[in-house]
Amino acid sequence: MINYLPILILFIIAVGFAVTNIGLSAILGPRRPTREKLTPYECGIEPVGTARERFSVKFYLIAMLFVVFDIEVIFLYPWAVVFKSLKLFGFIEMLTFIGIMLVCYFYIWKRGGLEWD
Amino acid sequence: MITITHYLVLSAILFTLGVIGVLIRRNAIVIFMCVELMLNAVNLSFVAFAHYLNSMQGQLFVFFTMTVAAAEAAVGLAIIVALFRNKETVNIDDMNIMKW
Amino acid sequence: MINASIMTFNILNILPILVLAGFGMIVLVTDVLSSRKWVNRNILAYISLIGIIIAAVLTRSSTGTTLFSFNESFVTDNYSLFFNFIFLLCAGLTILISHNYIKREDINYGEYYALILFSTIGMMLMASGADLLNIYIGLEVMSISIYILTGFKRSKLISNEASLKYFLLGAFATGFLLYGISLTYGTTGAINLKQIASFIAEKGGMSDPLMVIGMGLLIVGLGFKVASVPFHAWVPDVYEGAPTPVTAFMSVGPKAAGFAAFLRIFLTAFGSSHLEWQKIIYILAILTMTLGNVSALSQTNIKRMLAYSSIAHAGYLLIALVSANDMGVSATLFYVLAYIFMNIGAFAIIIVLSRKGDECIQINDYAGLGFKHPLLAIAMTLFMLSMAGVPPMAGFVGKFYIFSAAIKSGYIGLAIIAVINSVISVYYYLRITVIMYMKEPAREFVPLTISPLMVAAIVISVVGTLQLGIFPSKVMEIAQRSILMMR
Repeated sequence: MINYLPILILFIIAVGFAVTNIGLSAILGPRRPTREKLTPYECGIEPVGTARERFSVKFYLIAMLFVVFDIEVIFLYPWAVVFKSLKLFGFIEMLTFIGIMLVCYFYIWKRGGLEWD
Repeated sequence: MITITHYLVLSAILFTLGVIGVLIRRNAIVIFMCVELMLNAVNLSFVAFAHYLNSMQGQLFVFFTMTVAAAEAAVGLAIIVALFRNKETVNIDDMNIMKW
Repeated sequence: MINASIMTFNILNILPILVLAGFGMIVLVTDVLSSRKWVNRNILAYISLIGIIIAAVLTRSSTGTTLFSFNESFVTDNYSLFFNFIFLLCAGLTILISHNYIKREDINYGEYYALILFSTIGMMLMASGADLLNIYIGLEVMSISIYILTGFKRSKLISNEASLKYFLLGAFATGFLLYGISLTYGTTGAINLKQIASFIAEKGGMSDPLMVIGMGLLIVGLGFKVASVPFHAWVPDVYEGAPTPVTAFMSVGPKAAGFAAFLRIFLTAFGSSHLEWQKIIYILAILTMTLGNVSALSQTNIKRMLAYSSIAHAGYLLIALVSANDMGVSATLFYVLAYIFMNIGAFAIIIVLSRKGDECIQINDYAGLGFKHPLLAIAMTLFMLSMAGVPPMAGFVGKFYIFSAAIKSGYIGLAIIAVINSVISVYYYLRITVIMYMKEPAREFVPLTISPLMVAAIVISVVGTLQLGIFPSKVMEIAQRSILMMR
């Protein structure tokens, strides 16, 4: 347990530094709000309309495709851990899996799932 | 010392929160998120059991549960979006076309 | 360094599933390429049918063996093969009755056939799963495909709503099933059904309250899939809203798969402590039959009526589970097969009579059918009589076997309640027949366009219903041989 003491100290210093600075600037800093200062920060561009708007449904489509393809990775991790002892068999098995994912990709691509417009 | 019981109690609490959420919330997406909370509560108990029993099967199960949850999320979102296009609401109290 | 060994691996065991998966992907890819000249979208149904036939032939070739593979998580025995046959038959008949329907309703997408194949894969996994992981994955593959199929008419609000209801409640029930699996795993230390069974046998029953809770949650999860009563609320709405061929498919396929898993889990894993769960299932069976039949009496929509009738049939099948003997298992196999023929047949006739934009699913729409289309009316009468359990139809023989199984296990009260329920059900099944023959037509019957595939489906259903009813012994013999390897 004692080995982790430096990490704990580092952690406390890091948190303490952040909290102290933010706290000090909140207490000491001058506050003169103007209309421009209160507008939401959008990378320097003037905000147009409210942020609570409807999103295009295309975002949902991208999110769905991302989730499905993203989750395939969790099968790659355990495979990678035991890759050496599974040898060629595991490799072929994983190639089959990736092959199936490629078919899915091809299907989505041809269906127009990846086109924005 | 954190024992298996702590994990199981936490998982049971999360699961119950999910169940209550499904039963009292009215927005389809929020209900769906509560279902996901239930699944993740179960995942927690699987991992705790696997650690406690020193067996890999629980961990294995979690992988598959996560995959299934992702597939379900994709399908669920698709269904909700399709419904919203026709109905302009996802409030389940408005799902009343079919009545006996 | 973690060492992993390659588990016992027998690809022949899962070959039918692989074939179906391959054909599913072929259908998907062919469909996205069908904007080209050289591919016609109409061949997709035939491609799927070829896949199903190949899978059925492969299934047939491995009968008589009992093989565990994939680290004892997958089993090929007569029980799973019989169920696989049932699922393939169900998928095949569904494709036959869908072909025209989805063209007419402008939902002719290749995904339709692919999803039917994928959900069949899920069902086959459920029947062949020898551990809870495989059963769970099979259940999810099946359910997720059917959630989509339910909402396949995506421009129709009713289809969307049905799909959403099914999805939310299905996912909710999955949570319970999963928690049940988790608790079972935690208390027994295994997800393999045989190991769970030996653990329980060693302990001399269900000593751990967590295990009892786990088993109860498993009943909730599976009870939802087979539409048993406290968990049946989704059934009528989903059946009404889904496209009619999908309704036909999901009223038999998932139900059969649910029972396949139900029987395997509860007779193999929890077999030694059957006294505990029999009481629960006993009550569920009575509630399911009674509520299904009584609610069906007042329905005016034929799809809703068949939905309640399917709840009632789930109740009859639960009786077979309660009796927990070999005869109950073989009776379940027989009954599910009979139910496929009569139910898909009935839905086929509903599809024939419906038109685009006019589903004609009110029971009164059938008035006068007996004069206008006598053949269709005769077929419909056959299916209705069979579901009511009138001899010499398949439904009668199935019910007879199930009730005998209950009596053999000493559940005479349950058998009597079931017979009373059967009598109640005669009323609403016969009402359709009466309306078809005794009433003047309430609407014009436009000239019907029946495709050859549809004719094939109806003929197969009629022949199946009669064959199982008049000569049940051969099929029953196969069903009896399919239970020997269970335990």
